[in-house]
Amino acid sequence: MTTFYILVGYLSLLIGLGVISNRFFKGTSADFFVVSRSVGSFLLLMSIFGTTMTGFALVGSTGKAYTSGIGVYGLMASWSGLIHSAVFFAVGIKLWAVGKRYGYVTQCEYFRDRFESPRLGFLLFPILVLLVIPYLLVGVIAAGKFIQPTTAGLFPEAFPMPDLPNGNPHPLNGGVPPAIGSGVICLIVLFYVFFGGLRGAVWANTFQTIVFMITGLIAFVMISKNLGGLQAASQAVAESEFASQRLGREGMIGKLQFLSYCFVPLSVGMFPHLFQHWLTARSAKNFRLTVVAHPIFIMIVWLPCILIGIWAAAHLGPLGPGQTANSVLGRMVGQLVHSPVLSGLVGAGVLAAIMSSLDSQFMCLGTMFTNDIVIKKFGANRFSDTQKIWIARGFILAVVAVTYGLSIYLKDSAHVFDLGVWCFSGFAALFPLVFASVYWKGVTKAGAYACILSTLVVWCVLFYCDIIAEKPPGAEEELLIAGMMPVTIMIAVSAVSLIVVSLISKKPSDATIRKFFA
Amino acid sequence: MKTVVVVVVFFVLAILHQDVWNWDNKHLWFGFLPAGLGYHSLYSLIAALFWFIVSKVAWPHKTEEWAEQGDPVEAPAPATPGRRD
Repeated sequence: MTTFYILVGYLSLLIGLGVISNRFFKGTSADFFVVSRSVGSFLLLMSIFGTTMTGFALVGSTGKAYTSGIGVYGLMASWSGLIHSAVFFAVGIKLWAVGKRYGYVTQCEYFRDRFESPRLGFLLFPILVLLVIPYLLVGVIAAGKFIQPTTAGLFPEAFPMPDLPNGNPHPLNGGVPPAIGSGVICLIVLFYVFFGGLRGAVWANTFQTIVFMITGLIAFVMISKNLGGLQAASQAVAESEFASQRLGREGMIGKLQFLSYCFVPLSVGMFPHLFQHWLTARSAKNFRLTVVAHPIFIMIVWLPCILIGIWAAAHLGPLGPGQTANSVLGRMVGQLVHSPVLSGLVGAGVLAAIMSSLDSQFMCLGTMFTNDIVIKKFGANRFSDTQKIWIARGFILAVVAVTYGLSIYLKDSAHVFDLGVWCFSGFAALFPLVFASVYWKGVTKAGAYACILSTLVVWCVLFYCDIIAEKPPGAEEELLIAGMMPVTIMIAVSAVSLIVVSLISKKPSDATIRKFFA
Repeated sequence: MKTVVVVVVFFVLAILHQDVWNWDNKHLWFGFLPAGLGYHSLYSLIAALFWFIVSKVAWPHKTEEWAEQGDPVEAPAPATPGRRD
């Protein structure tokens, strides 16, 4: 029960944080949506890092390294270290500046004015929401799926599971079912976002980022110690027929696939929740720490997880029936660290990573609905500040309810986690739009529409081919086009559409150019 | 000029990410760190150093000053007086 009590204690702390952040709430919509643009360097770094690192930074990276070896670090972590910081520096600061100068809160508000098109927001809003929802689902389902094995055996009478066909007890017997686990996580995130607004999310992100970074390192030290030390653990991989291939990339990851992963991190430029976090900065100088420390923070989280993943290949061997790579971290902790306290702390760390992304996403959806739909439809003066906050809260509540319902329906679908990758690819494909909007005076309204619509079409076609259409026997599980990630084609089509249509269509007015270019 | 140098170095770093020479290298640095993983960990540190230098020599002061000019609008809407939907 110690593990369970630690998880409960951790979740209670988050509720406390929500209550405290509510005491600092100034009651204005600017405070609820963008913390009155008052966030300093440290909170900005921690909230942005916590938001970009999902639960899969701990669980997924370990599982992916178990299946694909050390190249996973290059695919995800080192590319992100370079590209994320580039986007924060080259795009984030520019967007913070226009947001500060003209009071923007959402992407749609900015794009509407930048491209002189009120309707653009109505086109973009549903696309952004549809791309965020799979991202939310991954977090909510992961939380439920993680809590069940972590609490297995604790409540055999309340949550019994039938024995396995071979007569052995079910390994998840007595664990809190995903429907309850996911529900509790949704309620807690909802609580501190509901009462604290983005301030609650920023504070919780900071706290949770510290928790998942520290617990990841503790797990790494304990696991390596119990495998006989760093050298013995890696030597066992080199000597294992099953695991040794994971020390390199040959046969595990293609060279073009490795290269084309550089496009995936561009998604941070179009994440609506990151846009909102950028706007919280007190000044542009607050970006400095985020830009510089982000690659190091990624390394601190990912390097231990990748090593645990390849060590697991030697220690655990091939996966048995019904086992998934995502369970590798939990199994390594369970088998090598016989400490309920540490299991509880690692559990809290995984939930921290999951929730630190969920909160910002819930918050941004509520903000977009209020500002981009309701206020646009009924006018800015139709509602008081208090009413705007309650509209946002109402939409957040609806989004949480829909996401929770979908998570129950889709919890056993293997495709849910693929949806996460498709969500990232969709945002990345829209990156040319935001990049051109801040650097190219000649980009036009028609070019923006062409970019969004071509992205939508290509995304739907490739999504159909990868997820919905039946694949021929022997086909690769992951869709690659000429050995490259599908996002490469999507970005190419989106960028070409934007450029070609902008070159042949009516230029923006001088007033707009003067307004957005210093 | 500074911007050109920053962009060139950025693309050099992007090219250095594709370490094909480590593709099948299973050597363990310090007896525990696979060469490819060690290379990319070092790469992360160099990326941080690069951004540290960029933030010192090529900081967008003009953008910062431009943002601070005028009267920032703190209410979320209307975002731009005179041009709303």
